[in-house]
Amino acid sequence: MSAPRLTVTGLSTCFPTEDGLVRSVADVSFSIAPGKTTALVGESGSGKSVTSLTLMRLLPKTARAQVEGQARFVTRAGREVDLLTLPDAQMRRLRGNELAMIFQEPMTSLNPVFTVGEQIAESVRLHKGLNRAAALAHAKRMLDLVEIPAAAQRLHEYPHQLSGGMRQRVMIALAMACDPTLLIADEPTTALDVTIQAQILVLMRRLQAETGMSILFITHNLGVVAHHADDVVVLYAGRVVEAAPVRPLFATPAHPYTQGLLACLPGKAHAVGQPRPKRLFAIRGQVSSPLSPPPGCAFEPRCDQAIPACAQAVPPLVTTGDLRQARCIRVPSVERTAA
Amino acid sequence: MSTDAPLIEVRNLKRYFGDTDKPVRAVDDVSFAIRTGETLGLVGESGSGKTTIGRTVLRLIERTDGQVLYRGDDLGVLSAERMRRLRSKLQIIFQDPYASLNPKMRISAILDEALSTHGLAKGRRKERIAELLDLVGLRAEHASRFPHEFSGGQRQRIGIARALAVEPEFIVADEPLSALDVSIQAQVINLLADLRERLNLTMLFISHDLDVVEYLCDRVVVLYLGRVMEVAPTAELFERPLHPYTQALLAASPKPDPLIVSTAVPLKGDIPSPMAPPSGCVFRTRCPHAIEACAQAVPTLDEVAAGHQVACIRKELFMMKAAA
Amino acid sequence: MRLPRLLRQLMHRRIVMLSAFVLIVIAVLALGAPWFASADPNDTAVLDRLKGPSAEHLLGTDELGRDMYSRIVHGARYSLTIAALTALGSVIAGTALGLVAGFFRRLDAPLMRVVDAMMSFPDILLAIALVAILGPSLLNVVLALVLVYTPRVARVVRASTLVVRELLFVEAVRALGVRTSRILWRHILPNLLSPILVQVSFIFAYAILAEAGLSFLGVGVPPEIPTWGTMVAGSQQYADKAFWVVLFPGLAIIFTALSLQILGDGVRDLLDPKLKKTL
Repeated sequence: MSAPRLTVTGLSTCFPTEDGLVRSVADVSFSIAPGKTTALVGESGSGKSVTSLTLMRLLPKTARAQVEGQARFVTRAGREVDLLTLPDAQMRRLRGNELAMIFQEPMTSLNPVFTVGEQIAESVRLHKGLNRAAALAHAKRMLDLVEIPAAAQRLHEYPHQLSGGMRQRVMIALAMACDPTLLIADEPTTALDVTIQAQILVLMRRLQAETGMSILFITHNLGVVAHHADDVVVLYAGRVVEAAPVRPLFATPAHPYTQGLLACLPGKAHAVGQPRPKRLFAIRGQVSSPLSPPPGCAFEPRCDQAIPACAQAVPPLVTTGDLRQARCIRVPSVERTAA
Repeated sequence: MSTDAPLIEVRNLKRYFGDTDKPVRAVDDVSFAIRTGETLGLVGESGSGKTTIGRTVLRLIERTDGQVLYRGDDLGVLSAERMRRLRSKLQIIFQDPYASLNPKMRISAILDEALSTHGLAKGRRKERIAELLDLVGLRAEHASRFPHEFSGGQRQRIGIARALAVEPEFIVADEPLSALDVSIQAQVINLLADLRERLNLTMLFISHDLDVVEYLCDRVVVLYLGRVMEVAPTAELFERPLHPYTQALLAASPKPDPLIVSTAVPLKGDIPSPMAPPSGCVFRTRCPHAIEACAQAVPTLDEVAAGHQVACIRKELFMMKAAA
Repeated sequence: MRLPRLLRQLMHRRIVMLSAFVLIVIAVLALGAPWFASADPNDTAVLDRLKGPSAEHLLGTDELGRDMYSRIVHGARYSLTIAALTALGSVIAGTALGLVAGFFRRLDAPLMRVVDAMMSFPDILLAIALVAILGPSLLNVVLALVLVYTPRVARVVRASTLVVRELLFVEAVRALGVRTSRILWRHILPNLLSPILVQVSFIFAYAILAEAGLSFLGVGVPPEIPTWGTMVAGSQQYADKAFWVVLFPGLAIIFTALSLQILGDGVRDLLDPKLKKTL
């Protein structure tokens, strides 16, 4: 088994605000194997977007974020670097090159005053040193790769001339232009129509199979996770509450939050042909404000399985099975107990 | 006590925007009816016209052509004042819980305004506001706060309370869950189902989320580029979709179960612009079963089974498949 | 909750606070003129004419021996009153105009053509023409300036109305059946307060300058009324011999107008991003 492409250990991001210190991400650890997709799943306040922005070092300077932990990334050359402590210049060489990112809103991620071809070519020129003509040719190849029809023509079009689905394909082309080994996709299909989403997801899978890149897929859509992720990391209030390969997670979710999340989906409410249940299962309450986190487990106020001990301390993340982890004192750990 | 006549009837509704030469055909000849106590789902993607239909039915946007009947009366010919007063019966819940409440008004003021607009609960406003908040799962002391002090799910509840304050019979729910977290969506779904039953509400539920539609709706209308593709009772639509677009839509919605593998190939191409819809059947440019004849004429919405209508000249293909 | 935060943020900008302080001082002096400047501003003492600043006359005397300090403090009353009335009048008229034009599509075009016509005249010329027609008096100067500034307010209010009108909560109350008049008053207008407030401070500043300019040209308030403008106008011929007779009223005009502009800028900077945030 080859070394993971990315290993995140104890990642923590805090923001000082007028109203106090906000801990968006706390003690997040996970890894992504080469050629595999790891999904980061969570709702509002889970810290999933902040995690990806922290890893890419794209947090705004004005946020004055306090970052801790390690993010070991294995480059194409085989070198191991820590993304969080890399000097700016080296990080810039990685970003857009080996480490690519696509966002939710392609309209705001693409520069409206440059043509699509120019934007892809710019990235290629910067990272691969090609001249203008060669870069443009490569850009066309990229547009073909992402199955944009009439690519030669599209090269000279502006983002606003393309539909949402097309723009997202351009984002992917831009991301793929320098042959990345890790793609961070932050809700790439959330803003797209369902039929377009299906196209984009199939495209991403195909590209992954062809290039062997790893994907960190950030989403809140469990349907997408079920069919496009190999491993799943569930976040709640900035912490990892469960991690497992996709099938075991859906078959036997261990953490009460994961269980609740799966149970409250209307799509899972009943099998086709059976009568629908009178009431959908719903997790009561809402996520606590990051400014006043509960003293113990963050999910405890909403948990039907909570016991008094849950409110006392934040549970540790423990191994609960084969490649499975959970942060809950009610889930039995299989770790050999240390002293 | 339900009558046979539908509560809401939409006939050949059209709503075009912009240029008279090349208008944006947001809604292009849509007809459907909703019986009292029924929840009709309106499903579609961008450009389907579902949001425009919701607004046009309530006359928040004026229609270009066609009729919208409420208890047999055409809403479009009513005077402005008469329509204004009728609005207490026809309400709407919006998609964006953050923008739909005036940030400068306290919840009590927001609800009080709704009540006083139609002269309701005279002399007992405060109690009524407390009742309404309780109805949607909030507490009376929430009335003195401002919208920004609440979460998205709570604000949506407040929006629902406001709509219910005027004692409507019919509610258009315009993607009321899309802006909410998954775990909160379940809460609001339960709330809507409860209220619907307690208050005998008739609903037009607009959504792009097929799973929610399947759970909440009695019948479903599938829209594409401003036209109706298929209409059927919910279970029937999901078990026996007869229109290629409905089939594609169902196949494209990933089920949250890794063991259910879909073998369907995703639809090719983009949704055409509503300014230049394809001739004949608007879906033919992406339809895997399109033939030449599809471009000649707009297919009529034909009834093929009880309450099941399809607008597709090749529907026999699927009917035979389903029967087999 | 919002207001204290606004004040807190305002206090972080020293120059804005300084301007506010200056304005408060001027306003207090103006309000309490009889206490702060005991000498009668109209008291002539020909023997003491054109005396420089001294212990007895802090800012010197003018060509008729009147105490400059006293005149400036009393003059503040007139100048500030004219400016305040102008700001008030043009904001009320401009808001009404802009609100109606922005909200009712059919009235928009005709009303805006009127506004465009009014704005195509240079301010000062329009004011001069109006005062010439109406005759020189304090009230007529106010009226003329209100007419000059109303279109500016109308444009800004109309632009904001167009935006607020499309907001979802406005559509929501329309859907409830709330009457149009109430929508305008309760939902649209309160969300226009930010741009209106900014306009108030700028018009106040412009009015001070405009009145001074008009009076200097002799087409403002009658010269007997001691505004800062008439002071400069009346004493200008002695400026080479006794610079203080025009310098001090001039400085009063400049400081007041400048402070108003800085305060207006500061308030606008703070309100604009907040406007986006709260909406």
